[in-house]
Amino acid sequence: MSDSAKDLHSEYMVINMGPSHPVTHGTVKFLLTLEGETIIDMKVDIGFLHRGFEKMCENGTWEQVMPYTDRLNYVSPLINNVGYALAVEKLVGIDVPERCKYIRVIASELSRISDHYTNIAAGAMEVGGFTAFLYFVEARELVWDLIEMLCGARVTSNYVRIGGVKSDLPDGFKDKTRDVFKKCRKLWADVNKLLTKNRIFIDRVRNVGIMPPDEAIAWGFTGPCLRACGIPYDVRKFHPYLVYDQMDFEVPVGEKGDNFDRYLVRMEEINQSMRIVEQALEKIPSGPINVNMPEYRWQSKEDISTRIESLIFHFKTVTEGIKPPPGEIYSAVEGANGELGFYLVSDGSGKPYKCRVRPPCFPLTAAMPKMVKGGFIADIVPTFDMINMIGGECDR
Amino acid sequence: MAANLIESIVKILFIFSVNIGFFSPILGWVERKQSALMQDRVGANRADVCGFTLIGLFHPIADAIKVLTKEDFIPEGADRLFHTIAPFISLTPAIITFAVIPFGGQYELFGHHVNLIIADLDVGILFVFAFASLASFGSVLAGWSSNNNWSFLGGLRASAQMLSYEVVMGLNIIGVIMVYGTLRLSQIGAMQADFFNWGIFLQPVGFVLFFTCAIAENKRAPFDVAEAESELVAGYFTEYSGMKFVMFWMGEFLEIVTIGALVTTMFFGAWHLPFVSDQMLLNYFRFAGPNGAASLAIVVNIITFFSKVIFFIWLQMTIRWTLPRFRYDQVMRLGWKMFLPIALINIFITGVVILAK
Amino acid sequence: MEANITINKLKARFAESIVDAHSYRGDDTAIVKKEELLDIFIFLRDDKELLYNFMMDLTVVDYLGKEPRFEVVYHLYSLAYNRRVRIKTRVSESECSVDSIVSIWPSANWFEREAFDLYGIVFKGHPNLSRILLYDSFQGHPLRKDYPIKKRQPQIGPNNN
Repeated sequence: MSDSAKDLHSEYMVINMGPSHPVTHGTVKFLLTLEGETIIDMKVDIGFLHRGFEKMCENGTWEQVMPYTDRLNYVSPLINNVGYALAVEKLVGIDVPERCKYIRVIASELSRISDHYTNIAAGAMEVGGFTAFLYFVEARELVWDLIEMLCGARVTSNYVRIGGVKSDLPDGFKDKTRDVFKKCRKLWADVNKLLTKNRIFIDRVRNVGIMPPDEAIAWGFTGPCLRACGIPYDVRKFHPYLVYDQMDFEVPVGEKGDNFDRYLVRMEEINQSMRIVEQALEKIPSGPINVNMPEYRWQSKEDISTRIESLIFHFKTVTEGIKPPPGEIYSAVEGANGELGFYLVSDGSGKPYKCRVRPPCFPLTAAMPKMVKGGFIADIVPTFDMINMIGGECDR
Repeated sequence: MAANLIESIVKILFIFSVNIGFFSPILGWVERKQSALMQDRVGANRADVCGFTLIGLFHPIADAIKVLTKEDFIPEGADRLFHTIAPFISLTPAIITFAVIPFGGQYELFGHHVNLIIADLDVGILFVFAFASLASFGSVLAGWSSNNNWSFLGGLRASAQMLSYEVVMGLNIIGVIMVYGTLRLSQIGAMQADFFNWGIFLQPVGFVLFFTCAIAENKRAPFDVAEAESELVAGYFTEYSGMKFVMFWMGEFLEIVTIGALVTTMFFGAWHLPFVSDQMLLNYFRFAGPNGAASLAIVVNIITFFSKVIFFIWLQMTIRWTLPRFRYDQVMRLGWKMFLPIALINIFITGVVILAK
Repeated sequence: MEANITINKLKARFAESIVDAHSYRGDDTAIVKKEELLDIFIFLRDDKELLYNFMMDLTVVDYLGKEPRFEVVYHLYSLAYNRRVRIKTRVSESECSVDSIVSIWPSANWFEREAFDLYGIVFKGHPNLSRILLYDSFQGHPLRKDYPIKKRQPQIGPNNN
């Protein structure tokens, strides 16, 4: 038996999946060792989208970092904006006005909805369900219309400011949101019909990419992938920031930690995020949207033109940057993929001494080989999609 | 003799123009437009001539110009001969199989006996199968000769899948043969003049299995594991460009038509309208004289037949744009562990029923 | 004192190794000696009243001009008690290495590779300490404060090897 196996001309096939391969969106390379279709070994190579985010931050002012954060997770840029602004505010010790907090919650949740739409859509497309893909892309377009209405841009929003937001909610935002959510719910129901009970889809994602809860913790999973394992860790619930403690929402959890659970968790989170947005729009108080601290947040244009103190502060903050006191903080928000942490070190100057991002999909991508080893090539597709690796965030 | 020759040439030209001239370019457009309709999009609408877009109907022409002027690329290290003939092997069976599929009945026209089938072989079904299995050589050769690992994996998948599903498809056909007692497709068609004699009533399970297996044989979604673009880039035709690439594409589209035609012939009354036999048609058109009646009946036959074919093309497109893709091992499990036993049971039950009669 | 339970327990257990501790803006921070790093992390992970089961983040800060120059920063999170702690250890430029914690948390694997890649800190005992974000022939460690921003890297590619 062993002799005949030795005589057979059998060797593993080593094959390069990526960086230019349809499934490796986000630019990543898998070096696969295959026996037939079975994955014997896998090496993940990232860094194709590395732009030196931290180096750029260290050479710009605190305010100038904000547009860079758009390009971290470019599918949900508003959450990155909010996360960075909250981190700097924690470093300085700013408490933003109540209305601003509500606006930030709305912005974050809209971003989270669009991120989950994109993720599920891409997942459906990659297992061949092109129709479901386009349904959710349409829903995402509708949400992006809302984001465009809010801040004038669809993808690179650059909406949040340290100590406030760029502008108030536009007129008619509430009505428009109601219309959009109505259409989105219909599209959600369509996709739910197309995928959730589709035997082929279930066969593709059920029991694929399983991660047991204890290992998921050890590998640093957060976000929907951790919740799919049954662990209800959500920064919004465990360390409520902004006004999430006043919102009524649930954290969906899965049971097995496979790709189907990740899909279901994301599907349900879309609904919960919509609920949060609706509640926030209902409860939002009137009042200022920016903190009244001219050394950190620019005054209004009118003040700058008419009051000399405002003009001086404006001049100082624009040319030198705001100057947080020396110190270091870590602040986390719930990104669409998991815990998005910012570790900031200030030396008291106008530039960040250190601006570290904890990218949620970085540890997820690191665990890819563990999740797919022993499976088939085809299993890479849904697994890689459901960890939702975003190149901009993972490679920075 | 000359009349026979003319008849054959006319029929061949007709099928050729319908298939190559109409179906294969138009199906590319149909696929785009139908998927667009299903997905709430506009679909192809940019190609225009003097400002007229004609709901995107110029796209097939634009596509043709594009692929014909593209570089015919053969990758380094590829087997030039097999790389070149593979697309031909893929395309030819799809065209040839149409020769034995009847698209109408038999009529007397100007004293000449007209049989609306190119080659009325007595082993028509076997002929179809013989050529359909040739198509698998095309994918295997394409995958192997391209000198590309993804193509290779795609070729392997294609060969395994096509072989497995041919077995099940063959077993399904046995049920049909048992019921009608003939291999001649024109005879199978003629026997379905009575509405309740249609294959769908006699072999309902056979129809579902045959249709599914035929889609799998054609490697279209949800069975497109051999060309799964998210896994294998484009499977066995990754390294093809220009006209050779389009030949695979055309082969696939023509096979859609062939599947539709086969299903129509074997399960949906071939060229017959429900409850209307050829003789009744001739009686309806008595007013036009014997030759006129026969001509009108032929036209009705052809329209009926191709309407049914178009319905099944539509059905295949709908399935393709609705369902996600299977995994390779799931496709094989479905074929060998589900369809094969069901097909065997189907044959057994058919036999029992025939005996009981 | 509930907020500082981690620091207190650490001080009680590893009195020698804790260089400093503070709690700026509510972030508990302990600066420890790198020699006993592994023991401290195992203690933090396994102690019944701490249970820091998440290794959330690992990074390095370059305090150019100070001695020791680098600070390796670990952020831990305890799911059971919903607590965070920051552990820092100082690494000098001359002896630029620290023990790898991959054996404690597998998530540290890539984070340590990234720290090695961008700061040049060597993690002793790491299973595969190679560059991760940059390419293998990259020269220098770009997040060090003395790395010139406009430095050009040598061209790489099939024609330059």
